[in-house]
Amino acid sequence: MAFDGLAERLQETFKKLRGKGKLTEKDIKDAMREVRLALLEADVNFKVVKSFVAKVSEKAMGTEVLESLTPGQQVVKIVHDELAALMGGAEAKLNFDPSITVFMLVGLQGAGKTTMAGKLALYLRKRNRKPLLAACDIYRPAAIKQLQVVGKQIDIPVFTLGDKTNPVDIAKAAMEHARKEGRDVVILDTAGRLHIDEALMLELKNIKAAVNPREILLVVDSMTGQDAVNVAENFNTILDISGVIVTKLDGDTRGGAALSIREVTGKPIKFSGTGEKMSDIEVFHPERMAGRILGM
Amino acid sequence: GLAVTIDDDLYDELEEVLITSDVGYETSVDIIERLKKKVRTEHISDVALLKDAMRDVLAEYMESEEPFDTTGPMVILVIGVNGVGKTTSIGKLAHKYRADGKKVILAAADTFRAAAIDQLEIWAKRAGVEIVKHQEGSDPAAVVFDAVQAFKARKADVLICDTAGRLHNKKNLMNELEKINRVIDREIGDARKYSMIVLDGTTGQNAIVQAREFKSVTNLDGIILTKLDGTAKGGVVFSIKQTLDLPVLYIGVGEGIDDLQEFDPKAFAQVVI
Ligand SMILES: Nc1nc2c(ncn2[C@@H]2O[C@H](COP(=O)(O)OP(=O)(O)OP(=O)(O)O)[C@@H](O)[C@H]2O)c(=O)[nH]1
Ligand SMILES: Nc1nc2c(ncn2[C@@H]2O[C@H](COP(=O)(O)OP(=O)(O)OP(=O)(O)O)[C@@H](O)[C@H]2O)c(=O)[nH]1
Ligand SMILES: [K+]
Ligand SMILES: [Mg+2]
Ligand SMILES: [Mg+2]
Repeated sequence: MAFDGLAERLQETFKKLRGKGKLTEKDIKDAMREVRLALLEADVNFKVVKSFVAKVSEKAMGTEVLESLTPGQQVVKIVHDELAALMGGAEAKLNFDPSITVFMLVGLQGAGKTTMAGKLALYLRKRNRKPLLAACDIYRPAAIKQLQVVGKQIDIPVFTLGDKTNPVDIAKAAMEHARKEGRDVVILDTAGRLHIDEALMLELKNIKAAVNPREILLVVDSMTGQDAVNVAENFNTILDISGVIVTKLDGDTRGGAALSIREVTGKPIKFSGTGEKMSDIEVFHPERMAGRILGM
Repeated sequence: GLAVTIDDDLYDELEEVLITSDVGYETSVDIIERLKKKVRTEHISDVALLKDAMRDVLAEYMESEEPFDTTGPMVILVIGVNGVGKTTSIGKLAHKYRADGKKVILAAADTFRAAAIDQLEIWAKRAGVEIVKHQEGSDPAAVVFDAVQAFKARKADVLICDTAGRLHNKKNLMNELEKINRVIDREIGDARKYSMIVLDGTTGQNAIVQAREFKSVTNLDGIILTKLDGTAKGGVVFSIKQTLDLPVLYIGVGEGIDDLQEFDPKAFAQVVI
């Protein structure tokens, strides 16, 4: 590709216009085509792109842009600001219950739940909480062992009943255990599952009913493509999630899935995973994500 | 679509289907161009036949000249970014090759991720094959070295090496992979080596970069495309086939040991449209 991010693209589009004087509506249309392509290449969902571009077009047709000496920059700024706003302007916080708080991590296979469970636990302990990790994945080979190794790395207790007890009962027993041991946050690591797997989605619903999590966090791989909206919509419809965590942002993906998910669920993105180490967790910054999607 | 004539709106609809299948904009445009040409040269005017024409175009796009040759001793290096399904696919492959009557050994060269070795061991047991492993945290190239020696000494047919997930933009981890690759090339003797990249079917356009970067380190032979049992279509492999000439060899359609299929371009085209 000759030019990469949106800024370069628009510069290229507007280059031919230099000396031509003011922009026409047709010039803005061409610019919007570039915006559309940049977003699609960043894996923003097709439908989300459509409505977003329509919204931005309207603003870009305003006189500030048409009469500006730096129209490319103006358009980029509009797009960037709109994206950031769409992604949720301010940082979103975790909520806690007065007694024992339950956080449940859910998502597709391999998204990064187990790793994030450990990261969250470490993050919370640094803020003077006493987390307990609960192993509710009884399906994936060595899932329990993985959580135990993670727990050991960060010196945080892991509750397990092995892989022969059903996850609803494990979650309930974990609460009991937390009460006895004086832990104040229980983090449930659940098995990866497809959003269309009725039996396993029902299992999550049952866990929710049994232990009433304060936060149900959908963990999403930032490299996800167009399907992210289907996944997020289903998880949200069935579980009414409270937020999203995007992982693997240490890669070079543009991460448009984040925007799509935010748009279709209306739920905030609370954290991002930025590596395999337990300390690789960051509070999510909508602004930065907007820049990243646009390649800025 | 309810369109009754083959017109631009109909082509736009098809383009939308491609883009929402992660085919990517440029490749979608290219595919639609090919479709238009086919419609012209074959004088297709019936909307009902357009879908079939589209499937033909898609299947042709993914067809590769040489079929994947599994005869004779071979070493398969399985690589890819984090969490795409490498270890699981290896378990399924081991089962498949063993069912074909081959003697299979697995190498637990992901010595990094928590319980990765335990996970592969469970798969080895399920598939009824041997495993070569060291301690967690040990040098993965040393594991592979030992595994290749075992492969030769025991006259096995297939050695499949699991590796730690790594993002392609991490220089040190890619160097580690290069080293593993070198050890195989040096020690393998007369056996053939295949490098397979595992791509997660839910991944978007970043899969293109993944394939390109891993290819530059190990010279890839093909793709295992996983997680096609969901609603994602994995359409990014069209772009990868076009730009890197990299064929899909197998697809993953579930978490069970039998949930691996040989790639079939025609069937794949039907899933996309
Ligand atoms: N580079 C990078 N890798 C990550 C990140 N988060 C998780 N991973 C890796 O992604 C892979 C999958 O992570 P897991 O935590 O096992 O994912 P999971 O969602 O629990 O997977 P299942 O339980 O199988 O559904 C592992 O190799 C992790 O080390 C991240 O932020 N960056
Ligand atoms: N639905 C579905 N899940 C799959 C498929 N292949 C693998 N998985 C699941 O995806 C998750 C990750 O699979 P792994 O085999 O551990 O992936 P990996 O690439 O070895 O992961 P790392 O070693 O951590 O990089 C597990 O929960 C698997 O069960 C598939 O074809 N379909
Ligand atoms: K993934
Ligand atoms: Mg897990
Ligand atoms: Mg693995």
